[in-house]
Amino acid sequence: MGAALTEPTDPNESPAVEPPDRSAPAQPATGAAARRAPRTPGDEVVPAVRLRGASLGFGERTLWEGLDLDIAPGEFVAVLGPNGSGKTSLLKVLLGQLALRAGTAEVAGAPARTGNADIGYIPQQKTIDAGVQLRGIDLVGLGVDGHRWGLGLRGRGERARRVAEAIAAVGAERYAHAPLELMSGGEQQRLRVAQALVGDPEVLLCDEPLLSLDLANQRLVAELIDRRRRSHGTAVVFVTHEINPILPLVDRVLYLVNGAFRVGTPDEVMTSEVLSELYRTEVDVLRVRGRLVVVGTGDSLDALGSAGAEHCHGEEPQSGVHA
Amino acid sequence: MDKLADVLGSMFDFATTANLLGYDFVQQALLAAALLGLLAGAIGPLIISRQMSFAVHGTSELSLTGAAAALLAGIGVGFGAIVGSVVAAVLFGLLGTRARERDSVIAVVLSFGLGLSVLFLWLGPERAGSKFSLLTGQVVSVGNSGLAMLTAGTVIVLAVLAVIYRPLLFASADPEVALARGVPVRALAVVFAVLLGITAAFGVQIVGALLVLAVLITPAAAAAQLTADPVRSTVLAVVFAELAAVGGILLSLAPGVPVSTFVTTISFLIYLVCRVVGARRRKAGRARTATARPTPG
Repeated sequence: MGAALTEPTDPNESPAVEPPDRSAPAQPATGAAARRAPRTPGDEVVPAVRLRGASLGFGERTLWEGLDLDIAPGEFVAVLGPNGSGKTSLLKVLLGQLALRAGTAEVAGAPARTGNADIGYIPQQKTIDAGVQLRGIDLVGLGVDGHRWGLGLRGRGERARRVAEAIAAVGAERYAHAPLELMSGGEQQRLRVAQALVGDPEVLLCDEPLLSLDLANQRLVAELIDRRRRSHGTAVVFVTHEINPILPLVDRVLYLVNGAFRVGTPDEVMTSEVLSELYRTEVDVLRVRGRLVVVGTGDSLDALGSAGAEHCHGEEPQSGVHA
Repeated sequence: MDKLADVLGSMFDFATTANLLGYDFVQQALLAAALLGLLAGAIGPLIISRQMSFAVHGTSELSLTGAAAALLAGIGVGFGAIVGSVVAAVLFGLLGTRARERDSVIAVVLSFGLGLSVLFLWLGPERAGSKFSLLTGQVVSVGNSGLAMLTAGTVIVLAVLAVIYRPLLFASADPEVALARGVPVRALAVVFAVLLGITAAFGVQIVGALLVLAVLITPAAAAAQLTADPVRSTVLAVVFAELAAVGGILLSLAPGVPVSTFVTTISFLIYLVCRVVGARRRKAGRARTATARPTPG
């Protein structure tokens, strides 16, 4: 057989070709390798997101400073805070679109940079313009190779396979071939999840992905994200003004208020004491039928129990809750 | 009225048409129209998804300003038209991807540019035959050198478009996620603007500044009525643009009516048909997705 002739030069058989540094201490694995490689005791898991002494501000104004945060693979972190507290700016730092004023930001072991394939990104639902002519599968396909140059005529089969897989994972097969403009917000957002996950990222950055969805679709989309992080160890950074739809899923909360912040489990952070301290005013956190109701902050985060004060005007008596 | 009756009578005078087809300048005109159709069809769907239809109009009118300035300075009119429209397109491209921000600025720049072109034409040489041809197009005067320039331009634009197609589609349809994936959204807007400017300038020379929209926008808008598949809508837009541009010239040959009339009429008719077909399809599509939607809860 022909294979016998090549045997002496087969790198797997011949010890002479083995890399000399094989016995050296293992480099900290990055990317997908870290997640999937069997971990021996003593090996440090590379955090999906690592912030060290991170500060961000514009001009005179400081959004937050001295932020230390490690997010482990598979961890679900909710980023809460009033408008203008720098929630979205935190995502932009991780996306490499904003530079920190001080400190470092790392994603999957490498400094934050633009075009990072380790990151999946889900924006608000309303970002798809009504006039955009695209089908569901095209949107997901852009998640595969939309950032690459050329027409992409090669590898179309592999691309189609990955797109179909991602669409099946979010249960969108029935309408994925329809134009986006004919879909409901919930259907669009499920395809957004597929688009963000089709590249199998280490970190999923979500910027208010549940905004303007009804309660049933909020739960559906949140569960899709939760399932993924459990099955694939994808870390989730979830910016939201409303914690209730994701409260059962959240491991930790990063709560930002006017330059101050607090990190911890929902039980540690979402208390009257902590929020009163952050807002420097008297804030009450109430648990009502398994939902958190925050009263007294004076911003849109207030009265979360009414399913988001921002888009429920007229349906709930707001004045009564703001006290 | 008699004139119009003559047109209708001679439109289908195939003997005259066939006779005219033997002439060099007619063949050149047809070739130029075919190249323009190819270019317009390829770039049109991207213009639609970037909501830049009004920018195209502004660009083509401002190519007139460039041409008028070139006429005054004694440089080639065709070259001036390209410079004018590329400058205008880059300006509009830099205004961002949201139509709302662009809309009024385009109108402001456009009106000033047209004012300038009136001044240039007034200052310019008395005998300027190309004054009005730039408004309504003068395809029969393309000539061999014009055709060579058009061919080179078409090849360059299509080649660049092929290289940037995927990121451009991403940036056009889904700018926020494209930016997150590291697509140079702003740089692509400028590159696309240059391609758009070149295409519009060619269109100005063939169908005229007033009617560039009929070749660049209408076929793509018609295709968008039929499909949301980017590849299919590009192919359809090319077919429609060719029908309008080449078909318009063929029909105009015997009656001797300005080409523009037929080009705009054909593309408008195509659009109407597509609109009716598209509305029916969407209705059926909506009914389908409505029944397929999972029950909440």
